[in-house]
Amino acid sequence: MRGVTQTLPAAEPVEEVIGRGLWTDALARLRHNRAAMISLIVLVCVIVLVLLGPSASPYAYDDTNFDAISLPPSAGDAHYFGTDTLGRDLFVRTLIGGRLSLLVGLVATLVSLVIGVSYGATAGYFGGRVDHLMMRIVDILYAMPFLFLVILLLVFFGRNLLLMFVAIGAINWLDMARIVRGQTLSLRRREFVEAAVVGGVPPFTIIRRHIVPNLLGIVAVYVTLTIPQVMLVESFLSFLGLGVQEPMTSWGALVNEGARGMETTPWMLIFPALFLAATLFCFNFVGDGLRDALDPADRK
Amino acid sequence: MFRYSVKRFLGAGPTLLILVALAFFLMRAAPGGPFDAERPVSPAVRANLERAYHLDEPLLQQFGRYVAGLVRGDFGPSFQYPDYTVTELIREGFPVSLRIGAFAMLLALLAGVTAGILAALRQNRAADAGIMAAAMTGISIPNFVIAPLLILLFAVHLDWLPGGGYGDGSLRYLMLPVVALALPQIAYIARLTRGSMVEVLRSPFIRTARAKGLPAHTVVLRHALKPALLPVVSYLGPATAALITGSVVIEQIFGIPGLGRFFVQGALNRDYTLVLGVVVFYGALIVVLNLIVDLLYAVLDPRVRYT
Repeated sequence: MRGVTQTLPAAEPVEEVIGRGLWTDALARLRHNRAAMISLIVLVCVIVLVLLGPSASPYAYDDTNFDAISLPPSAGDAHYFGTDTLGRDLFVRTLIGGRLSLLVGLVATLVSLVIGVSYGATAGYFGGRVDHLMMRIVDILYAMPFLFLVILLLVFFGRNLLLMFVAIGAINWLDMARIVRGQTLSLRRREFVEAAVVGGVPPFTIIRRHIVPNLLGIVAVYVTLTIPQVMLVESFLSFLGLGVQEPMTSWGALVNEGARGMETTPWMLIFPALFLAATLFCFNFVGDGLRDALDPADRK
Repeated sequence: MFRYSVKRFLGAGPTLLILVALAFFLMRAAPGGPFDAERPVSPAVRANLERAYHLDEPLLQQFGRYVAGLVRGDFGPSFQYPDYTVTELIREGFPVSLRIGAFAMLLALLAGVTAGILAALRQNRAADAGIMAAAMTGISIPNFVIAPLLILLFAVHLDWLPGGGYGDGSLRYLMLPVVALALPQIAYIARLTRGSMVEVLRSPFIRTARAKGLPAHTVVLRHALKPALLPVVSYLGPATAALITGSVVIEQIFGIPGLGRFFVQGALNRDYTLVLGVVVFYGALIVVLNLIVDLLYAVLDPRVRYT
């Protein structure tokens, strides 16, 4: 009896174990994905350049100068990307256009995020007939040529930016709704949701407090993948001349202008095209990397 | 199968009707009318015009008239081309668009599936990474950026191919637009094919086929390819939609007199009826093609019929 108590060693101070949550884990994996990390750095550079670049130039995006029409790029007079057919500085225009393209990407994605998550979570949580009806509606909407409807909207109601934001966002929520619904279906059978139900928490509070926070991972992935899609739509509309109006500009509008005179003034095409393509490319890569990082089971 | 087909047919109807209704009432809700010219017309003339185009009827009746016209293939008159009906414009433009679209689809399927299979067979090796990086580039770069670059390279610098126009519709003229239109779809299809091929190659029946001692190409082409192509089949619907949307810009860039160009011109000139007609026409086309794809899928994969 005595021996036993004697041989017990003094309790060693237990090292504090820091739990590795979903996010720390995912970030660690993401950091090992070289393509995604490079893309992320490029994206940050583009965003910083777009935000700060215009103020570093002596020109404004709508300053026309008829003595400096269609100049090739040169560092001497601070026309780093050259000028366009009205003598406006292309460096500033590209960056200002980038602001708009990115802004559309973010705002419209936010719109689609809000609609998609609330719709999908509601359908998935209530299940049964509600779910069936709501998903049938999504199926029907899926078959619609939405881009054409957006064009209709812009033609009929004039080309206004706010309308474009909302319209683009409103066409992109379908994927989000489907994914969120699928996740919610499996989440709502989990114990913590049952506990909340038993505790008498009202359904929409459960959705807001217990379901949605658990969807963040998958939603983050789709947000990163939706942003380039939305930017593509915006640039498509602007390319057709249905998007932003002069003198304001966006990458799509600049590519349109550049494509018209590409034989004589190729820089007008190349710089905006490069920015647009690089940004879309990086968003896609980061999104893919994020998906792999958050869902390692999906890796091949 | 019969029950499934009937269900699908019944599903396509409401979709079409909602589309037509949405487009039609949007047009009617738009500010400004078709006769708001620079010079105001006298009330009497206006009333006559409105009577001639049935604009004085109640809205629902107009809608009914429009739908009844659609059923007969009559899309109404064009506002901006007074000598043409929208139907005539569609009949003129669509064959050109169809030709380019069909070639692009064919190219996208051939190149995309081939690239996808190659990548899957070289999984996680340099060739795989290369193909997938190229595919990502193809997805990221919009085709209205690719198209001018192609023109710059092949028409302006190398002078191999005409840089625009439709000419006599020969392959020389079609080459660049078809490639520009197909590139993003090649990329999507390659990614899809790779993903499903990788999965199929890991399944037990492929192991069995290999264990039997079948040659590698038989295993891939005879056994793995068919199930691996199922996701590609279901992507055909969205691919068609994407090609149609893409054709709008491609026709604009290459100056091809297809339906997409009419659409853009109509949109910029506020030719309401033309724009409405094209949206309805393409919408119907997409809905019908989706229906065909669904049925095709059910034939290929019997499981979906019983869900």
